[in-house]
Amino acid sequence: MTETLSLNFGVNEWFQFFLHYLSLSLLAIGGAIAMIPDMHRFLVEQNLWLTSAQFNASVAIAQAAPGPNVLFIALMGWNVGMNAGGVLYGLLGITLAMTGMLVPSSVLTYNATQWGHRNRNLRSVRAFKQGMAPIVVGLLIATGLILASASGTSLEHWPLWLLAGVSAVIFWRTKLHILWLLAAGASLGWFGWI
Amino acid sequence: MSDLPPEDRPRPESLSDLFVSFTLLALQGFGGVLAVVQRELVENKRWMTRDEFIEDWSVAQIMPGPNVINLALIVGGRYFGLKGALVGLAGMLAVPLVLVLALAVVYSQFAEHPGVAGALRGMGAVAAGLIMATGIKLISALQTNVLGWRWCAALGLACLVGIVVIRLPLFYILFGLGGMACTLAYTRMKS
Repeated sequence: MTETLSLNFGVNEWFQFFLHYLSLSLLAIGGAIAMIPDMHRFLVEQNLWLTSAQFNASVAIAQAAPGPNVLFIALMGWNVGMNAGGVLYGLLGITLAMTGMLVPSSVLTYNATQWGHRNRNLRSVRAFKQGMAPIVVGLLIATGLILASASGTSLEHWPLWLLAGVSAVIFWRTKLHILWLLAAGASLGWFGWI
Repeated sequence: MSDLPPEDRPRPESLSDLFVSFTLLALQGFGGVLAVVQRELVENKRWMTRDEFIEDWSVAQIMPGPNVINLALIVGGRYFGLKGALVGLAGMLAVPLVLVLALAVVYSQFAEHPGVAGALRGMGAVAAGLIMATGIKLISALQTNVLGWRWCAALGLACLVGIVVIRLPLFYILFGLGGMACTLAYTRMKS
């Protein structure tokens, strides 16, 4: 994040920025991650509000940091705000990006869940829960495999696959705390063994 | 089939218990919070069973929005209504947000260090393993499924192949394969 931009942001630009996240919120099935290409188009290519490096760093930091990955949205807001004039704008950027992204989807999810709970004995609600269960289990294993292949599927990455596999078995069969596993992975990587 | 949680089951004692629990969950979640959520809420705190976790996770997946955030809304809302949903959301986001900002500020100084890049790669591989293990653990909850184990295995595998091999967008999996599975469950269920 060496290169920065200097933006002239008025109410109109902030409104457009907010509107962009608002419009993506209800489309984000599978999470905000699925909307990354569209954010890149809007923020980096069309409006030049973020550099490509700032954009990529926002995603990478939020994924590496503890906490929900959706915080990359907050970092994008922060970086746009910093480009527009400093810390206060950064905080404004965070607020607008996060409320735009989360409020519509959260309102929908909350109400749908309350409805589902009130009607939990309906045949259709029970069928939804039973039917989705095997899909969701398959999806979790698929997500793990996709993440494990993030640095490539070629054989030269076998130590990463081995590490993922061993972590999976330990986490599955033992009560070892998650942070020990992460610390082990971090050390192996730090010393260049994987 | 989750009715109201029985009275003697462990549950969050208060809104602040909920907030602190979700904050601690979020802070352990390097590379994703899901594996931690399953272990803490189902295995350690026992607020929910594996079946209930899968049910809530299905809803969290299919609704728009980040799935961990949706899960916080669902679990918080179950115990304390709207207040609980908001507190769950805040617990998941507030402290991690401060942390991620701090990291963003120092990141530029360490991004070039080969050790840092390696450590992130290592943690990423571990996080991937944890999510796979979470999926494997939840297979046992399918034993009582109305679809029967053959259909469960076929649908789970189809989902796996669709995502990993064919690389179908999630949308098609959830609504196509998911729609089929729900219809099948509906026909096999007594009304």
